[in-house]
Order: sequence, then C-alpha cells, then structure tokens
Amino acid sequence: MGKLNRRDFIKISGGAAAGAMVTPPLTNIFQSFVSKKEKHLLEGEATKVSTVCEVCFWNCAGWVYKDRENNIRKVIGNDIDPHCNGRLCPRGTGGLGMYYDNDRLKTPLIRVKSKDGKQSFRKATWDEALDVIEKGMKNIEKKYGKESMALLFHGKTGPHFEHLFKAWGSDTMGEPAGAQCLITREAGFIATYGSGLGSPEPTDITNADCLVLLGHHIGENMHNGHVQDVSTLIDRGGTIITVDPRFSTMAAHSTSWLPIKPGTDIALLLAWMNVIINEELYDRDYVAKYTYGFEELKQHVQKYSPEWAAGITTIPAGDIYKSARQMGGGSPRTIVHPGRHTAWYGDDTQRTRAIAILNALLGAWGRKGGFYFTEKVKLPKEVHPPFPKPKWTWKNISKEKHKMAIMGITNEIMDNGLPEYKGPYKVKGMFFTATNPIQSIPDEDKIKRILENQEFIVVVDTMPSEITGYADVVLPEATYLERLDHIRTSHHKSPNIALRYPAVKPRWESKPGWWIAREIGLRLGLKDFYEWEDFEEVLDWQLKQVGSSMEEMKKLGVKHFPRKTPIYLKKDEDYWFNTNTGKIELYSTDFAEWGYDPMPTYKPHGDIPAGYLRLIYGRIPMHTFGRTLNNPYLNELKNEPKLWVNPKVARIYGLNNEQEVWLQNPKGKISSFSIKVRITERIRHNSVFLPHGFGNKGRIFVDGKVQEMHLTYGRGISDAEMISNVLIDPETGGTGMKNNFVKILTDNPYKKETTS
Amino acid sequence: MRYGMAIEVNKCVGCADCVVACQIENNVPMGYSRDWIMEHVTGTYPVLNMHFESQRCNHCDDTPCVRTCPTGASHVIEGGIVKVAQDDCIGCGACIEACPYDARYFHPDGYVDKCTFCDHRVEEGLDPACVSVCPTTCMHFGDLDNPDSEISKLINSRENFTLIPEAGTAPQIFYLK
Amino acid sequence: MKEYILDTTRDIHGLYPHVHIWGFPIAAYLFLGGLAAGILLFATLYYLKGKADDMPFTVKIAPIFTFIIIMLGLMLLVFDLHHKLYVFKLFMTFRIESPMSWGAWTLVGVSIFSLLWPLSYIDDIEKYLHDRGWRRLDVVTKFIRDLEHNWLIPRFLIISFRKYRTFFAYILLILSIILGIYTGILLSAFNAHPLWNNPILGPLFLTSGISTGSAFVMWLSNNKKERRLMSNIDMALIAIELFFIIHMVMGLQAGPEAFKLAGSLFLGGPFTVTFWILFVGFGLILPFVLEAFELKGYHIPPALPALLVLIGGFLFRIIMVQAGQVSEYPFIH
Repeated sequence: MGKLNRRDFIKISGGAAAGAMVTPPLTNIFQSFVSKKEKHLLEGEATKVSTVCEVCFWNCAGWVYKDRENNIRKVIGNDIDPHCNGRLCPRGTGGLGMYYDNDRLKTPLIRVKSKDGKQSFRKATWDEALDVIEKGMKNIEKKYGKESMALLFHGKTGPHFEHLFKAWGSDTMGEPAGAQCLITREAGFIATYGSGLGSPEPTDITNADCLVLLGHHIGENMHNGHVQDVSTLIDRGGTIITVDPRFSTMAAHSTSWLPIKPGTDIALLLAWMNVIINEELYDRDYVAKYTYGFEELKQHVQKYSPEWAAGITTIPAGDIYKSARQMGGGSPRTIVHPGRHTAWYGDDTQRTRAIAILNALLGAWGRKGGFYFTEKVKLPKEVHPPFPKPKWTWKNISKEKHKMAIMGITNEIMDNGLPEYKGPYKVKGMFFTATNPIQSIPDEDKIKRILENQEFIVVVDTMPSEITGYADVVLPEATYLERLDHIRTSHHKSPNIALRYPAVKPRWESKPGWWIAREIGLRLGLKDFYEWEDFEEVLDWQLKQVGSSMEEMKKLGVKHFPRKTPIYLKKDEDYWFNTNTGKIELYSTDFAEWGYDPMPTYKPHGDIPAGYLRLIYGRIPMHTFGRTLNNPYLNELKNEPKLWVNPKVARIYGLNNEQEVWLQNPKGKISSFSIKVRITERIRHNSVFLPHGFGNKGRIFVDGKVQEMHLTYGRGISDAEMISNVLIDPETGGTGMKNNFVKILTDNPYKKETTS
Repeated sequence: MRYGMAIEVNKCVGCADCVVACQIENNVPMGYSRDWIMEHVTGTYPVLNMHFESQRCNHCDDTPCVRTCPTGASHVIEGGIVKVAQDDCIGCGACIEACPYDARYFHPDGYVDKCTFCDHRVEEGLDPACVSVCPTTCMHFGDLDNPDSEISKLINSRENFTLIPEAGTAPQIFYLK
Repeated sequence: MKEYILDTTRDIHGLYPHVHIWGFPIAAYLFLGGLAAGILLFATLYYLKGKADDMPFTVKIAPIFTFIIIMLGLMLLVFDLHHKLYVFKLFMTFRIESPMSWGAWTLVGVSIFSLLWPLSYIDDIEKYLHDRGWRRLDVVTKFIRDLEHNWLIPRFLIISFRKYRTFFAYILLILSIILGIYTGILLSAFNAHPLWNNPILGPLFLTSGISTGSAFVMWLSNNKKERRLMSNIDMALIAIELFFIIHMVMGLQAGPEAFKLAGSLFLGGPFTVTFWILFVGFGLILPFVLEAFELKGYHIPPALPALLVLIGGFLFRIIMVQAGQVSEYPFIH
C-alpha cells in the first residue's frame, strides 16, 4: 500500500483485448424493453409516482407514468411545479433512459491485482465491498486522521454522504458545482447584496422588459424555467440583448447581438455603467436609498468610456451606447442575467460583481421584472447527536487563501492530494459520488497524478466513467427514478416542496444513496446518526413538522405554501441588506479590507498565441453531464459533438465539413480522440466551439470483460482534456477555464508508423 | 375538421424535446425518428440569422404518398391525418420516394412508419406528444378549419411559411416567423 | 454562407443525406419490364401484320423468354419489399392512382398471356428446335403436349388461345404498351424527386424498352431478314431516344432551381461520366454506328450492338433510379 504510484487506471492496455472493443450497432440496443407492437400508454390510464428530475441541477418535479406491467413508460412534468410548469426539457423527458441504460454499474466492484501485476475489477457482494470501504476509511483515519478522507459530490445524492462524513468526522468536502461553476457568481452577488442567488436564479424574466445575457446561452443550457420565461418575454416583445462571441441560439432570438471579443466582458460592463451613470439612466431614488459608494463608482467608471471599450471588446461604441440606453429604458424591469457557469477568466468574482452593480444601478434587485425575493420552506433537520468537530476542514484549505470561498474548493482539496504537497492538510483518500473529476475539474494530467497518489478511493455512481477506473471500490447507485432522496425545498416565488419517490425497484444490485451511506455509517460505528431503518421515516417526520406527510406528498408531488414575506420591495420601504453597510455595496467594503479590488477594473487576459484558436466550450440542449451522453434516448438526439469552425479558419486549414480532426493545446497535449468539423458562421473567426462533456474514455475491465458507456466512449473530444491553463479567481479559488487555446491537427497523430 | 400545426420559429431553441417525446410516446425504435430538428443559418459573421425547425410529416392536403401507395395502406383519416396501416403495407417504398420531406422510413419490422399527429392522443382531446412537452410552447396544434381556434388565429395574424411549397403538396404545418 | 443542417441525429439508413431506398432490384425490374414489353410488342405487332411466318423468331420464339423475364422481374420486386409476407396485399385491391398497383396488375395479365402465347405455338417451336437439331428440349415440349391433351383447363386455354389468337394479340399488344409506359411512369409519378418529375421520362423509358426488345430479337434471331429489319428499327429508336434525352436535359436546365439542380447531376455532377460516356456513348451512339456500318455491308457480329443496347438500357435505369433519389427539392426560404 505504501508505494506511491500504485494506482493504475483500470483499462485495457495495448491490444490485450482489442476484440472486445467492437461497439454494437446503434439500432440494436433498446430492443430489450421497447415492445415491438406499437402500444400507447395515455397518462390517464397509467399509475403515476412523483419524482424530482436528476438529469440536471434544475431538479424539475414530475410524474413517472407506469403501465400495468410496472414498466416506466414516460416522465412528464408536474403542472404545479414552478421549476418546469408541467413541461420537462428533452433531458427530463428522456430521463427514463438513465434507468433503462444497460451500461449502468450493476454490482459492487472491488479492485484486484492478478499475479502478473495487472489490475482489474471483480464483481463483489455488497458485504464484501462495504467491508473494504470500512477497512479503507479506518486505515486513512489511523494513518492520517479522518480529515484526510475527502468527499467530492454532486446532486441530490450528495447530502446523504455529507451526513455520513460529518457524522464520521471529516468536513473535507466540495462539489465541482462550486469552484468549477457558480461560486464566483455567488461571491460577486454576496459582496454586493449580502446574499447569493442560488438555484433557480430569482430573475423575474416573466415580468421583465429587457434581458441582458452575457455569455449565458439560455436555450442551449436548457435551464428549464428560464427557457420558458424567455419564451414569454419573446411573446411580449421584450428586448433581449445577447453578448456572446458565438452566435448562440439566444443571440438568434435577441433584439440585438453584440459579438464580443472573448475575455473582455468587464470592459463592456464598465462602459455600460459609464453611460448609464453619465446619461443618468439609472434609478436615482433606488440608488440613493439602497446603495453605498455611488460617488466612488461614478468616479471609477469615468475612464471607461464606450469608445475605450470599443477598442477592447470590438463592439462598436454606438452599439454600447444603444444597448445601455435600452437597458436604462427598461429600468427597473431590466435584468442583467448573472449567468450560472461563471468560472471563466480568473477574475470572475469581479465580473459578476460588475453585473451585480449594473443591476443595482438599474434598480432591478427586489423589483418586479428584476430580481424577486425568494422564499423557501424550512424543513427541520433530522435529530441526531452533534457532529464531531474535525481538526481541520475544507475551510482551512481554502478560506485563508480566498476570503470568498463560501464552499469547498474542489480543485484545492484535490491539490492537497498531490505527492508534492507537504502541508498539514494532506488528502490521502477520496470518496466520489456522482461526480467525475477528470471531466469536471480542469488540468487532467494533474488530476491523474493526484488520483494515483491516493491510498483509497471509493466511487458511488450510476454509470462507469473515467473516475471509476481509479477506484478501489465501486458502488452502483440507483438512478433517481429508483430512489428516495431529500425533499426538494427550492426557494422560489412561492415556497414549495417536492417529493422524489422511487417509481420502481432498483435494477440489478444497485442501491439508493441513503442506504449506501447508512450501511457505511453503521460499519463505522455511527449508529447514533442513523436511528432509522428506512429514509422514508425521516422524510415523513420532517414533512409532518410542516403540516404535510409522506402520504399527502405522494398524491400531490409538489406542495405550495403561502408566502410570509413580500416578493418585491415596497415603495420607499426601508430594507436592510446583509452587508457591512446594510446597503447594496457598489463599493465593497469587505473587498477593500481584504485587499481585493473594491470596484471591478478591467485587466487584459492575454491574447491568443500565434497559430492557435481560442477554445470556447458550452452546452447543447440535449445533454448535461458526461453521463447523459450514454442515455440511449438522449444519445439518439446527439451522439457526437462537432467542432465549430469559422469558414475563414476552414479555408486556412483546408478543412471540409465532417472532416475528422484532432486538437492540441499549447502544452503539447493532444486530444485522445478525433472530432468532426462543422464549418459555420456562428463562431468567431479566431475561436472554435466544442460542446462540453464528450470524449469519454472511461473504460474499465470487470472480470475479464470490458465495461464502458458504449454509446459515447471515444466519441468526440473532451473540452476538459484540452484545458490546461487554469486561472484561479483570487476571491474564491474558482477555476477560470476559458483562456485556453487549441491547434487543429488534420493528420491522425496516433497513426501507427509503418513497420519496415 | 382539419388538423394542423403552427410552430413559432422565433421561440424554438432546437432542444429536440419534441423528438424524444415522440420517440417515447410512440415506441419509435432506436435509430429511427418521426420528427427531427433542422437548423437554418444564413449570413456572414457578425450579421447572421438563424432559426430551428421542428420537422415531421406535413399531413399535406395533396398527398403524393397516399396516391402512390399500391395497397391503400397509406390513407387519410378524419381531420386530414395521414396514416399507414401496418398490416396493409408491403414495404415497397413508393410512399417514401413520393414524400418531398423524407418524413417516412422503413420500420425495422418492415412496414413504413411516420408521424401520426399522435391521433391516439388527439382522439382523447390531448395535444400530440411533441406539442405537449415543448418547453418554449412554440408548437401549437389544432383545427385549421375553425377560424376561432388558437392555431388559425396565429396563422392568420403572423407571417408564416411552409416547407417546399413548390412540391405542390399543400403542407399543413406552418412555421411562424 | 447558407447552412441547412440536421441538428438531431437521424441517421436512418437510406434517408440521409438523401433518400436511397431503391437500388439494383428496382432498376433491374424496370429494365426487365421494358425488355419484355419490347419483345411482346414486336411479336404481337408482326403477328397482326400477318408476318408470323416471315418473322418466326420475332413472333413465335422470342415470346418464350418474356414469361421468364417477367417472373425474374417480379421476383426482384418481391425481393425488394421490406414487408415481404404481406405481398398478397398488392392483389387485394386495385388503385388506379398508384402506378405500382396497376403495374402489378398489368404484370399479372402480361405474364399469363406471355405464357399462353408460346404454348399456343408449341408445334412451331418444336419444329424450330428440331431444325436446329436441338432435341434435348423434347422433354419440355412433350410435357406441354401432355398438359394440353390430358388436362382440361390448360387444354381449354391453349385451344381457345389458338382459336382467337388475333383477339388475344390485340390485348397483349395493348398490355405490352401499358407495361412499357408503366416502367417509365413509375418513376415520373414521384414528383418529390425533380429529376423524375418529368413528362419526357415515360416516352423515354418506353422507347428505351422497345429498343432493348428489338436488340434482343436482333441478337438471338438467325433470320437475316428479321435481323436487318430489327436493326433498322433499333436505329430509329436510338435516334428518338437521343432526342428525348437532349430534350430532358435541356428541359431541366430551363426549369426552376430544383430542376436545374437535378439537371446538374448530369452536367458536371456525379453522374456525368456514367451518363454521357457509358450510357449515351457506349449504349446508344456506338451501337447506332455499328448497326449503320453493318447495313453498309461491313461485317459486324450482330451480338455486339445488341448487347451494347441491352447493357446500355440497364445502365440507364440504374442511373435514373440512383440520380432521381439524389435529386430532391432544396429547402429555400
């Protein structure tokens, strides 16, 4: 166990089992459950079970419809759910494919070493696997302390394992949804308004007159509620201004599209402030009553004129004036959308601060057509003894470096697992649930070194992925359609709760997250924290405390509660913001104290190296994560990505549509797989666009057989693989991933040399 | 009674919810589809136009597919919905060749399959599956003969186009600009 | 730049990037249909002109092959169906608007008559064979005679056919013309494909079918007079064909966008070489020249131009089936 580089990624090396790699034809997968005779099942004839979608983080509530043979036939949105209003997105509609996917993890797996030193997995019973986990975790505890076992998680299954880790005594945890996604945005808004945005973002788009999107591609990201809201905005003839280097779907539906040079958003935002302040387009009463630091801001933005910004952003000054006036005209029913994935250029907290400030100038916060005040049902916490206090937590790792690290910074937790890390907060064991750091955390080579340096790795997931190959123990989790999870208590316009109830029994030997966490907990001697047999008991008790019950929720799916606080600010209402000054801080007193810029400034990010193109990545509406790619229904919608290339670039490289190319980044890393070219005017001439999540290479070897996501394995290029230049946001520790560049290779770099 | 569809391309985001909903509702085998999304881009960066079209059988008024069918398997039912009777279809492919929209395909079981406007749902007063799930509500289904129906009003009040009108099939799916 | 792309995965075999569901079997079926029509046309026509004895091969012998040719064609058609077990449904109804339907019925009629026609000439056929010293087929002729003598229904059919041969000749003549037109109309009924959506296609296929029929007779007949006559007819037919082809290509060029695109398949497009050099060059002009030389008295093996015409005719149908499916209406709006 002591040897450092002991962890081989479990895969087939060389031509060892080349015969097993043949992928079966697309048409043959599914026949096992799609009955041949066309038989329709109308919703009225079916039995229905309430669910909360887990295909993405929007967590829409819906109904699972089953036929007489108890087969899941469809999932349809719950009409009274404010996240989806009865209409799921393609991923939610096709969510049942996750359940039917035959590539799922089926049994627990344990890493074994054969006599010749080859490592592979063997199928194991739950008892065997849980015993290994108990031994492994206790071993980490003995050698390094419980804190050295880190938890990396995502989604609704996370809380079960958070509970387990906290009960055991480790608070070394984080989720990529923070540092790789929205932490910078939350930090920017907290610094300004004293409160973050959460999910769903409380943007009152349905009542807005003007919506500004900065690199936020609603419609491609399928944030269901917002997509629907924007649709109503289009119906009402509202103004939509989209700022994007790519002609996104929303850009096409916008009143105006500002094709910005990537990485210069802050310049544009400052220039907008300049116009809005100087032309007095801001909400004067609102700014006077609720904000702090207006005069400083006014002084600060004087040098950022549209003419200045035009040179940086490549957007004509006239367009900047025009769009600023449109925004001012809509005020306060103007929303400058904060976006969600905002880990871009390493100054992202400042960028979202600028967005927050702009919204404050327009008087949007707490106003109809701007940002509404949310309210959420507070369910009582389950009763258990107090959690033990760890010697150190994620806060020790990140909080000292980044004052605005409001949650575990995954990349820094992982960094402490590097062999060269000599500090006091060593991470020597990792527990992953529903997250795959190879695709979600940048700098793959480093991540691999970290994983190779771990002494114990557990993976709990529904699908095999890259991380599965690094595990000592793999536990198959039930999909969201087969399991019970915490009640969804979303903050929204109307406080509401939603129930995810198992519609069917888990397939094969998979188990729900709560069961897995509890079993591990019992083995670790945490009986006091699990004084229930079935998680349903906990939920029933919680629900009864707020005047509902399991029985009622099974019937309703979603329950609304009356609001107790106003949704918008009343006219001239006195309002205390949770900041040092009690006001919206245009000038951040905290930032000034901590040595960050109290007001955003524009800093250039460095230009594209010669011979390279900027790598722009983003979502496509039919996929969320690596794991949705293998959902047979969603794979059917889009089974391989295309690399968007401008015709000018195509001419220079001599590229044709559908041509296979490879990518190489400035550090010399070449993509594992190839990708087909799409020549399109929708992308800026010096950039390429790649949809996120493809290029899966998570192939594992179980009892002599290959297991992989066979529909998506090796298809396309993973953007994460190409990202090596990571810019750390000083305020939060978030990873800026958009300053990355690639070169297009037209010749197969893996072509075997002809042997003479 | 004349069923038709109106699709607002100014709202459609091309998410393909309609495609997956159809696949699930109608047990369309994997690798096949009754509806699909086309993306239409014109212009030169940065002066561009784009829209998506959710396409399927146009349930035309003038049906070359039904005309060329040698057995009568392809037929029109009440409301102008074009259907294929599986047990009458010999799989000759004449209707596939006759359709300018490539809306028909050979089901792996041999017969020709296509969009039915989800007539089994329409009978029950429901919208077709594709329309019922659309997150942007850009799709509308209804009676074109009734001037007071939502769809008639939309088509009459907004600029619209149909696909390949020059093929002379009088398609009944209208794309609203 | 204009982009019109499929955004979802819909790689159904045979639908993208363009429809490709008809291939070799349909082309062969159309060729065989045209060939049978041509042979029967000459047989019935010259019988009605009272030249049965002057042109024994054309009238009496050649039709033997038509039944085999038609059966082969029908087999190919059934082979191409995707729902083969349901093929009987084709004969449960008659749909006047569907060329496929009336073609199927025509074929049934033609196949019955094309079987009875040579049966009614069984004596002449036997004599023809014996003249050439072919006695190996006596088993067959003997079997047919047994059939005629011992079985009531064949006896009734064959005898009445002999008795009213003129009447049946008229019917068969009409049926063979319908069959010839049908092989052209079948494609031109599909106006979803601009290349096929073309009034010239019917006459062109008919002419080509008759031309292959004459070539067939020319090839197998050993009657010099017959061969010479067929050669003359064939040359005329080739000339008409060439006229139709030029007319078709020019017509496409003069049409709207979709038709121009269809025409460009032969004018610089992927079918240019096969169409102009292989079909028009080697399948029409070369045999025409060879036949002309033969008429002038040069010695040309008669099989050569005949086979060129036959192969050319087959190639023409393959090209038209393939190119037609490539030609689609572009989405313009």
